[in-house]
Amino acid sequence: MMDGTKGFEDALTGEQKIRNFNINFGPQHPAAHGVLRLVLELDGEVVERCDPHIGLLHRGTEKLMESRTYLQNLPYFDRLDYVAPMNQEHAWCLAIEKLTGTVVPRRASLIRVLFSEIGRVLNHLLNVTTQAMDVGALTPPLWGFEEREKLMGFYERACGARLHAAYFRPGGVHQDLPDALIEDIDTWADEFPRFMSDIDGLLTENRIFKQRNVDIGVVTEEDILDYGFSGVMVRGSGLAWDLRRAQPYECYDEFDFQIPVGKNGDCYDRYLVRMEEMRQSVSIIKQAVAKLRVEKGDVLARGKITPPSRSAMKTDMESLIHHFKLYTEGFHVPAGEVYCAVEAPKGEFGVYLVADGTNKPYRAKLRAPGFLHLQAMDHMSKGHQLADVAAIIGTMDVVFGEIDR
Amino acid sequence: MSDALKDLAGYIEAKRGDCVAGWDVSHGELNIDVTPSNIAGFVDFLKSDATCRFTSLVDITAVDYAGRDKRFDVVYHFLSMYQNHRIRLRASVREDEMVPSITDVHPSANWFEREVFDMFGILFSGHPDLRRILTDYGFRGYPLRKDFPTTGYTEVRYDEVQKRVVYEPVSLVQEYRQFDFMSPWEGAEYILPGDEKQTEGGK
Repeated sequence: MMDGTKGFEDALTGEQKIRNFNINFGPQHPAAHGVLRLVLELDGEVVERCDPHIGLLHRGTEKLMESRTYLQNLPYFDRLDYVAPMNQEHAWCLAIEKLTGTVVPRRASLIRVLFSEIGRVLNHLLNVTTQAMDVGALTPPLWGFEEREKLMGFYERACGARLHAAYFRPGGVHQDLPDALIEDIDTWADEFPRFMSDIDGLLTENRIFKQRNVDIGVVTEEDILDYGFSGVMVRGSGLAWDLRRAQPYECYDEFDFQIPVGKNGDCYDRYLVRMEEMRQSVSIIKQAVAKLRVEKGDVLARGKITPPSRSAMKTDMESLIHHFKLYTEGFHVPAGEVYCAVEAPKGEFGVYLVADGTNKPYRAKLRAPGFLHLQAMDHMSKGHQLADVAAIIGTMDVVFGEIDR
Repeated sequence: MSDALKDLAGYIEAKRGDCVAGWDVSHGELNIDVTPSNIAGFVDFLKSDATCRFTSLVDITAVDYAGRDKRFDVVYHFLSMYQNHRIRLRASVREDEMVPSITDVHPSANWFEREVFDMFGILFSGHPDLRRILTDYGFRGYPLRKDFPTTGYTEVRYDEVQKRVVYEPVSLVQEYRQFDFMSPWEGAEYILPGDEKQTEGGK
């Protein structure tokens, strides 16, 4: 305990005994990135043990999902990693499409790639800039949130919501994009590199930023395997592992992009990897926009898992019934179990779906990358100073929506 | 892809036939049914064998099949970043059965096993620190079991008199709404009023 009673005698008599100091970091701490409670055992200013207490944002998503239809479950995915919502929806749609054998129309596939990459930029913008704030810089988050605002504007113009999108649907995407939006995204992608060089100028060679990040929280290849890391935590240490390249889903295999890797696996390298990933994402966005200009057509597969077109509904009784049944009973998914993973901005986000042939999932397990990253907190922060804990949490990119579920 | 997985399954079965109770490749994914008692050794084999090299633990979870004798399926997902393939292990366990922990082989299993314990009440033998993880301090019951109600048993509120948060049994102002939209024409087995005798006779 921290009251000093245990093993502590009078300071005036005999030698003063040294004891470790336990502190609570969070649950209300600006550098905890949400509701994280760390119980830290400190020897002076050096961390000896770190015990993360999670679950303060537990909402029982997996339990709730068992009593709702597949379509009703989709919006829960926006609330997992609320920094890049559409990337999570993507995994859910892929799992359903794998079980039902639905083929997504090409335009919908391109739109999904476009918005997945926008999600990646959204996430990295937030992470890079707030991590910089954790280590003492105030300007980057102010600038970064301005760019995020523009991107959330694109979200809103595509689906009507800035955060809780519910835009990716099994079989495609909810609505087609207007042409003006595609042009505006293209304009944004032209302007964004200028912003990137601004952030670059603020942080990359900044003396304080480097002192706080270089050689902090080093991840080795062995750590990656032992703790099941994915995403930037892997790539920062020099392993070019990216699901978009290694196990391509959607139409990522036809896009031209590089996978940046770090060399030392410290916080600074992960920052550099995130910065370069944003540039690569912008390049993918440009390519997707160019393809979307030519590729017209449906954005939803026709069939029982998607709604009929509005005009068919007004003229055709069968379509009206279909529409009504789809939004009340929902569609049935054939029995079976699948695991579908996407390269979410934070790492491998996976959905393990057990279907029993009804309109509701029998069991859905959400595999969040942050859960494993945070688990390694004890290992990574051991021997570091208290101030480095904030830097490590920041660079692990934890969001409690997905960790606590 | 699935041919390679079938070869892999055959290889694993030949090497460790004592652990493999059966396997199949469905939806392009390799499933192996294993016996829970020697899961730790089998996972160690999968990790160290040069052909498999399933070095990353992706996920551990469980599925509750409430009607079954062996009630739970503990499901492990592994990934090999070197060979670029995935595998799923399923182990059926009874409610009172303990599963050996694999934290010695994969330290990342620690929190996953805690979560499975928290949500399903499955015990892992040899786990260093089997505490609850996601639910509240002092929570009772195992939420993801099928017989646990979605509303839970307790609710919390801040008591202005006692100046602290108090726990009370759930009292719903309105009954929990569980709509059943299943079509009476396909899929669902409805017993319409007056038809009870007919269905009994039918069986």
